[in-house]
Amino acid sequence: MSEPSQRDNGRGPQPLIFESGSPGRSAFFWPEEKGASEIPEALLREEIAGFPEMGELEVLRHFTRLSHLNFSIESQFYPLGSCTMKYNPKVNEVAARLPGFALLHPLLPPELIPGALGLLAELETMLAEIAGMDAVTLQPAAGAQGELTGLMLIRAFLTERGNPRKKILVPDTAHGTNPASSTLCGYDVVQISSNKQGIIEAEAVERAMSEDVAALMITNPNTLGVFERHIQAIADTVHRRGGLVYLDGANLNALMGIAKPGHMGVDVLHINLHKTFSTPHGGGGPGAGPVGVKAHLQDYLPTPRIVKNGERCELREDFPKSVGRVRSFLGNFGILVRAYTYMISLGSDGLEEASRMAVLNANYLRKRLENTYFLPSPEPSMHECVFTDKNQQKNGVTTLDIAKRLLDYGFHPPTIYFPLVVSGALMIEPTETETRETLDAFAEAMLSIAREAKEEPAVVKSAPHTTPVGRLDEARAARRPVLRWEPGGSD
Amino acid sequence: MRYTPHTPADKERMLRTIGVAAFEDLIRHIPAELRQNAKISLPPGLTEVAVKRRMAALARQNASAQDWSFFLGGGIYHHAIPSAVDAIISRAEFATSYTPYQPEVSQGTLQAMYEFQTLICQLSGMEVANAGVYDGASAAAEAVLMARRIQDERHRVLVSRALHPQYRQVIATFLRNLVDVELVEIPFTESGATDPEALARALDDRTMCVVVGYPNFFGVVEELAPLRSACDRHGALLATVTTEPLSLALLKPPGAWGADIAVGEGQSLGVPMSLGGPGYGFFATQKKFVRSLPGRLVGETVDGEGRRGFVLTLSTREQHIRREKATSNICTSQSLCVLASTVFMSLLGKQGMRRLAEVNARRAHRVRERLVKEAGLAPAFTGPFFNEFAVNVGGLTERSSRFFEKRIVPGIELSQWYPEMRDALLVCVTEMNEEEEIDGLVRTFTAR
Repeated sequence: MSEPSQRDNGRGPQPLIFESGSPGRSAFFWPEEKGASEIPEALLREEIAGFPEMGELEVLRHFTRLSHLNFSIESQFYPLGSCTMKYNPKVNEVAARLPGFALLHPLLPPELIPGALGLLAELETMLAEIAGMDAVTLQPAAGAQGELTGLMLIRAFLTERGNPRKKILVPDTAHGTNPASSTLCGYDVVQISSNKQGIIEAEAVERAMSEDVAALMITNPNTLGVFERHIQAIADTVHRRGGLVYLDGANLNALMGIAKPGHMGVDVLHINLHKTFSTPHGGGGPGAGPVGVKAHLQDYLPTPRIVKNGERCELREDFPKSVGRVRSFLGNFGILVRAYTYMISLGSDGLEEASRMAVLNANYLRKRLENTYFLPSPEPSMHECVFTDKNQQKNGVTTLDIAKRLLDYGFHPPTIYFPLVVSGALMIEPTETETRETLDAFAEAMLSIAREAKEEPAVVKSAPHTTPVGRLDEARAARRPVLRWEPGGSD
Repeated sequence: MRYTPHTPADKERMLRTIGVAAFEDLIRHIPAELRQNAKISLPPGLTEVAVKRRMAALARQNASAQDWSFFLGGGIYHHAIPSAVDAIISRAEFATSYTPYQPEVSQGTLQAMYEFQTLICQLSGMEVANAGVYDGASAAAEAVLMARRIQDERHRVLVSRALHPQYRQVIATFLRNLVDVELVEIPFTESGATDPEALARALDDRTMCVVVGYPNFFGVVEELAPLRSACDRHGALLATVTTEPLSLALLKPPGAWGADIAVGEGQSLGVPMSLGGPGYGFFATQKKFVRSLPGRLVGETVDGEGRRGFVLTLSTREQHIRREKATSNICTSQSLCVLASTVFMSLLGKQGMRRLAEVNARRAHRVRERLVKEAGLAPAFTGPFFNEFAVNVGGLTERSSRFFEKRIVPGIELSQWYPEMRDALLVCVTEMNEEEEIDGLVRTFTAR
């Protein structure tokens, strides 16, 4: 036998499922069914070439070993800015798996699912209360789908008033989904520059505003973690010229009990339940992106809508001004159940405390790091803070190097190179569920890396040194894409 | 307080470090009138015990497949899910990680996504697949938008009326804001399949793509060969939408019929029904179109020492790089549901998938035969089907309560989307419908 490797001890690259198993093996037992199917022979396929042939333990071991190659919230501090990687409570998972939720078919008559519809109606009300809005749809499957839905509402509202208009104003600090959603809704994007402090001024919006502008999309706190303190004046400016204000609610975790978007002049917003309301990120979904609106937009919300009729909830389609359906059935119900569970667990006080502690944690980390890392905006931080690599660049150490070196210290890096308005951004969002000790350990690691950057930059530049694989050749992956396994080696 | 670990001493020490006297000093820059009205008016928090009681009470009010016999499909299917699937997706390393932007510490998620892309290619007979989109309906809408990118000089989309009605609604919603696209619906014949002659008449050189269900909303297996040739005559792309992908373990897959884009809903492969979400949309195409694909893609590469690893790739298509010029605004891939399907397909494997598909098809055919022979019902369509079929039943609403008393939901009333099909019920039969349930269904229909 050759030298044992990381592949053997489970800490390194693993074989693919297609490279394991043995012909004829299966983990599935079901007796042969009597009878025949009457499907014409010409419509039937051969066996699925290349499909796995493994036993149950073999499959479990494969995926368990793969899981060991991941960082996750429960194993590592994960201060990924703009993603709100807070603890995902276990009781949410228990609730979502109850047969009375998990084993419901979406085309059941509404009278057979009063508990589910009642839960959804109550969730809409709770989200509206937190955000200060008048009505909510739970249909969008994710934040980006919520954005698109919100823009469709704006378009429908303006169209009815005679002109859908042509442009959406998007600050230079915005998430990439904002301009992408605008395009998908048939709008042109006009970028608004933030000022030196990283916030938007009403004058900048005034200059860009015209009868062609349908809406401004704004994130508050913005992606620098800074509260857009001129938001009311900005909203007035937009409204004066007949436009609407869309709030990207990605950063709602900073605001619960602190300020309500509905009071800021916001007409429509989306909320990421997988951020503020603790549903797991799942390695990239599923999430949910409910959309809240003020009363003047509620007739345009997607159908079906959940309408309370006395004690009973009905699903109603009779909203002629509605933008229509944006997703099949009622949205990501299982995620909505988790968010509801979280909200009744915490209640008003708990939700408000969550936002306060999120702000406290971010400000604490900011203070601990601001003498060592460059802070591009002097404005007060809310739930996240953004540093850059300006000080470390003097030794040739970049944000990417710092991020990779953090992996060796056992921390997931912050969001890097975003927002785009600052060069080499490190966007840190600790969330409220982390202890002071964890924040201290992270701060120590960051300070230690800054020291290394001065004293032995090569160690930082060649990091990570302790992960299952080293830095991967992303250029090669894009230049010659290998996107699937094929028998006898990928082509 | 639950989930926030700060002791009073922690708070005090942290405020002191920051250099402020009280928390309020941290938010004083927010306009006062906003702060003063921000109080949330919701009930106080509950203990975990109380939360569980309340959730159980809400859950008990619903008719779940645990206590009821469902003969419901129509895009969401009740199948057996091996316990090992939930064991894997419950692992915090998968459930509580983010999108794998740091590949060195995300190889678990990335490799599983790569395996998923491969499984979808094998199942659909296509050359490349992405790592998943929101659901089957948005996959169908994204398929149309992708066809538009590939054939941007063309302006017509033909959609079969036998495609899932909600999917047609979502496609219409997405296209409504793109003024230059015309959406045309193609009727179906008495076989329940898309009318090939009507399609041939509607096709022209301005048609960018044709979208059909496979199997379609009525459970009918469309004959794709004539549709493919009709598309070829006008240079239109053929996109198939599969809401029951288990069928593809038995049926000749879209790739074998020459589909350009094959999408669908993946819930049926290892994800609980959960009132229709979350599931995921799968999205496959041919290699030549890879740069027009929406959504995430994982590719193979190597690290500095030549070890194999996986990364998100071709991201210059995506919103976080391309912003307003991206192929789509989509930013998640329903990753955990995709993982559930990856584990599901691995467990069933080549033989298990085939066996389960056969069980579904044979059982559904047996049930239809019994409904015809014993209950005297008439099939609504003549075309071949997989595990669901439409039958004509008179006076349905009256009978619904008779079924409900026996805790049976016999099917989906088609009249809600097809007013002309007043008496038709779409009945789905899977391996979860045991003999006793089937007897109950047939008996209740017979006893009219």
